[in-house]
Amino acid sequence: MIQYSFPERKFTEEHEWLLLKDDASDVATVGVSDFAQSQLGDMVYVELPEVGRAITKGEEMMVLESVKAASDVYAPVDGEVVEVNNALEERPELVNSSPYDKGWLFTMKVADVSSLDSLMNEKEYEKFIEGQE
Amino acid sequence: MHGPYIVHITVATCSAIMLLLIGMCDSLRGALKKTALYDFHVEHGAKMVPFAGWSMPVQYKDGILKEHRQCREHAAIFDVSHMLQSKMYGKDRVKFIESLTVADVEGFAENTGGLSLLMNDTGGIIDDLIINKTDQDYLYIVSNAGCADKDQAHVLERLKEFQAKGHDVTFEPILDMALVAIQGQAVAKVLQKGVDFDLSHLKFMNTTVSKVFGIDCRVTRCGYTGEDGVEISVPMNEAVSLVTKLLNSKVGSVQLAGLGARDSLRLEAGLCLYGNDIDDSTTPVEANLSWTIAKRRRKLADFPGASKVLTQLKEKPERRRVGLVSSGAPARHGATILDDAGATVGEVTSGCPSPVLKKNIMMGYVPLKLSKVGNKVSVKVRNKTVPAEVVKMPFVPTNYYTPK
Repeated sequence: MIQYSFPERKFTEEHEWLLLKDDASDVATVGVSDFAQSQLGDMVYVELPEVGRAITKGEEMMVLESVKAASDVYAPVDGEVVEVNNALEERPELVNSSPYDKGWLFTMKVADVSSLDSLMNEKEYEKFIEGQE
Repeated sequence: MHGPYIVHITVATCSAIMLLLIGMCDSLRGALKKTALYDFHVEHGAKMVPFAGWSMPVQYKDGILKEHRQCREHAAIFDVSHMLQSKMYGKDRVKFIESLTVADVEGFAENTGGLSLLMNDTGGIIDDLIINKTDQDYLYIVSNAGCADKDQAHVLERLKEFQAKGHDVTFEPILDMALVAIQGQAVAKVLQKGVDFDLSHLKFMNTTVSKVFGIDCRVTRCGYTGEDGVEISVPMNEAVSLVTKLLNSKVGSVQLAGLGARDSLRLEAGLCLYGNDIDDSTTPVEANLSWTIAKRRRKLADFPGASKVLTQLKEKPERRRVGLVSSGAPARHGATILDDAGATVGEVTSGCPSPVLKKNIMMGYVPLKLSKVGNKVSVKVRNKTVPAEVVKMPFVPTNYYTPK
């Protein structure tokens, strides 16, 4: 029997999500959770990171701005920025309307794929935010 | 603090009550005060945040942008019950309020009012407030929630001195009324259905007592958004009923809006937020609020801090509050303002992306020589230097009801 394995969306306590492009890849797409976007409010400006930038877990690496406030996005794991979602420069509201799809922030080459194991899966994250509300 | 309180007291008992209130607050340290509309906000999906000791709605489900546009295009309701409403009685009340502020209250027609400044002796601003000269036996005053304690302490101290000279004044915080602002171009139409007088006679900064949808209120044509609108002082136990009736209007679209939209609206309108844009260390001249200093008061030079303020008026201040616009990353409160040589010359006191203009708007203080409209400066946003330009305020044209 063939075992199909799909990459699973992982979440940080800082409300970022990370999804490997496919199971064999070390490139992950990164965004913020639906909970995060609803807390941040209407996005009006997204300051994207530089492509090629080396990032260390927990480091402030880009900024989401709503009418009310600027919010840092932290590097979810160690790695390097591969690509950024330039569509957000014109349409920052995609982060609100489509946080898991069109509102992705950047992709990154993950230094150590096993570092994703320590992050929460969707169920665990849902539990985690229940405690935040 | 529910139920009607009838308080008309002299300064001595008033101080005692204030002390009692302060004591109560101490015993509830950490507990936020709730307005009469608290449960209503929560039921309507508000996100409640602490603000000046109160639990207030920062936004509802629609979010700040939609609430902001709702106010600019239709009408929005804001609970502003956290603000301090008060009355001054006594035959020397005008003289007393003038001894504290820059206003010409003597010159106010009955049932009119205006923005004024509570001044300290060094020309700094203790608070900004709206003073109304009613046709009854009192002044009706609305001042900031964040300044409520220090304002009352200041007023009571001066009141004691004033009374000791034999003058007749009493001061009464209003504890049984909520305050609801409804703002936007649809307000006149919406409100006309609920009042028994012709709203076209109530101009900007006019006040009257009136039934509003059957409830005894005070209606003052003013606000903090740049739009036409009113603030309605309503008995606490009728506040939910009033707001519900306004929201259910069939002649205009009315929605709730929170403190978030209120802040971006007032900034577009070029209005100062006390504690950000003005404080005890800014003078009216620096803050570009010289227009609040009445002619008669300039002549008499009899307001607190007059010598410093009048000298500044003549010789120009060293720095001035200006409006700035930029694109790109928005600069917020506290951002540094740089001149073209990169030297720090001032600080942004309020800043946000303008929902109407789609660019960033800011207020801040710059040296006089940089304060002219059209001057180029830059603002520091994180590690970036963003070009900015001095512009006229308001950023968005105001729509106050001021027929000739």
